[in-house]
Amino acid sequence: MSDTLADNKTTTAGPTDGLAVLEQTRSAAETHGIPLAVLLEITHRCPLQCPYCSNPVELDRGSTELTTEEWKKVLSELAELGVLQVHFSGGEPTARKDIVELVQHATDVGLYSNLITSAVLLTKDKLSALADAGLSHVQISFQGNEPMVADRVAGLKDAHRKKLEVAKWTRELDMPLTVNAVMHRQNLHQLPDIIQMAVDLDADRLEVANVQYYGWALKNRAALMPTVEQIEETSRIVEEAQVRLKGTLAIDYVVPDYYALRPKKCMGGWGRQFFNISPAGKVLPCHAAESITGLEFLSVRSNHSIAWIWQNSEAFNRYRGTGWMPEPCKSCEFREVDYGGCRCQAFALTGDAGNTDPACALSPRHEEIFKQAERESAGSQNRFLYRNFAGGTLETDQHQGERQEKPHGA
Amino acid sequence: MASRNISVSETSRPKLPRHTKLKFDETRQVWVILAPERVLAPDEIAVEVLHLCDGVRSVAEMVDQLAEKYAAPREAIATDVIAMLQDLADKGFLTEARESTA
Repeated sequence: MSDTLADNKTTTAGPTDGLAVLEQTRSAAETHGIPLAVLLEITHRCPLQCPYCSNPVELDRGSTELTTEEWKKVLSELAELGVLQVHFSGGEPTARKDIVELVQHATDVGLYSNLITSAVLLTKDKLSALADAGLSHVQISFQGNEPMVADRVAGLKDAHRKKLEVAKWTRELDMPLTVNAVMHRQNLHQLPDIIQMAVDLDADRLEVANVQYYGWALKNRAALMPTVEQIEETSRIVEEAQVRLKGTLAIDYVVPDYYALRPKKCMGGWGRQFFNISPAGKVLPCHAAESITGLEFLSVRSNHSIAWIWQNSEAFNRYRGTGWMPEPCKSCEFREVDYGGCRCQAFALTGDAGNTDPACALSPRHEEIFKQAERESAGSQNRFLYRNFAGGTLETDQHQGERQEKPHGA
Repeated sequence: MASRNISVSETSRPKLPRHTKLKFDETRQVWVILAPERVLAPDEIAVEVLHLCDGVRSVAEMVDQLAEKYAAPREAIATDVIAMLQDLADKGFLTEARESTA
């Protein structure tokens, strides 16, 4: 592992925990103030089938989703609590017919709203209605810079063209645009072109987010894991572009934590500054938290307020702060820097969410897991398991044959 | 559409873009700037300056006003104000009023 990688940090993490500016001015020991922003996964339905989807493998069916009135009540309650921003996400948030109504309600109660979308269901009229309803920011996911790779990763024909169109409308409507590029072995070679694409689309921000390996992505790790060399090259490209495009395009960069020495401060620490609400109304410390078995997550449909769930529920308190930590975290000088890394990853890779995240070099499992990832990154298993409600569908040869070039030759 | 890469000078007439909102956060009792996936906590002086950024006032006028109010050297105020506004502009949280093309 190189020094450059060791020094890499997630400058700002994704949509979920990049809102810690206020919290950063407080002491780390001051634990769980009301989050500044909340992620609302209003549906798990999505026309895309990305193999690294951050939704849980067990998706919430449409029939279990909160109703319009229930979401409105949630929005009002959040605003009252002191939450300042909401991210409408999914699944595909615009798959819900009431999306405009929900954004309008967020505006009415004083919340700043972001839309995190695949864009493929949006018409110009719908986007315009969202802008009129007070939507302040649109974040569009891109799977590559051209349809050949992008549509294959998304598992949807014509997706890329549609995304470009919606990105253009977003700027025409004078809304800020973030391009969210999820990167992995099979599209990292397109990064310079993706950066240029973001500039050409007049985006304000680009998130270069390496895949984080839980849930669907963990199932697809062998097909997605980049090589160390690819990551080093990526860091160089991003750092160069950050300097070159200062004032034009802000670039946030998330490295895959498998190749870091220190784990990421996942969610800013469990139950410290972030929660999300699932389609069925569960209040979760992280969008992957339901993958951890044995924790009971309470719903907004329970008799408890969101504030009570955040402050008092067992699931939120289970890994809050530092008291739960085993060694080597317990006596580690970084315990309030990274809070032991990611609980979901610890669970997925070690079977116990209370273990040190194996992404940490101090974890007894780090070496073994890193080596395995390294082997996978050098392998030739490129076939995706697409995300869907049926537990995933393996990519067919026909799909694979549509590729023009060997995708990880970069 | 908001212009990017603006260079703040005394003749600039900056304003917050539509998607950047200056708001008093009742829960935390502080002023905040809400922007895409960001919440900034400007200090008192920054809040005062931002309240003056209406797209009509020039930076020079703001500086005059502040220099008088705080009985401070104009030059020092100008340097601070421009640096602060430039920083916000670089992050995309400040834009300039456009000349009317009509």
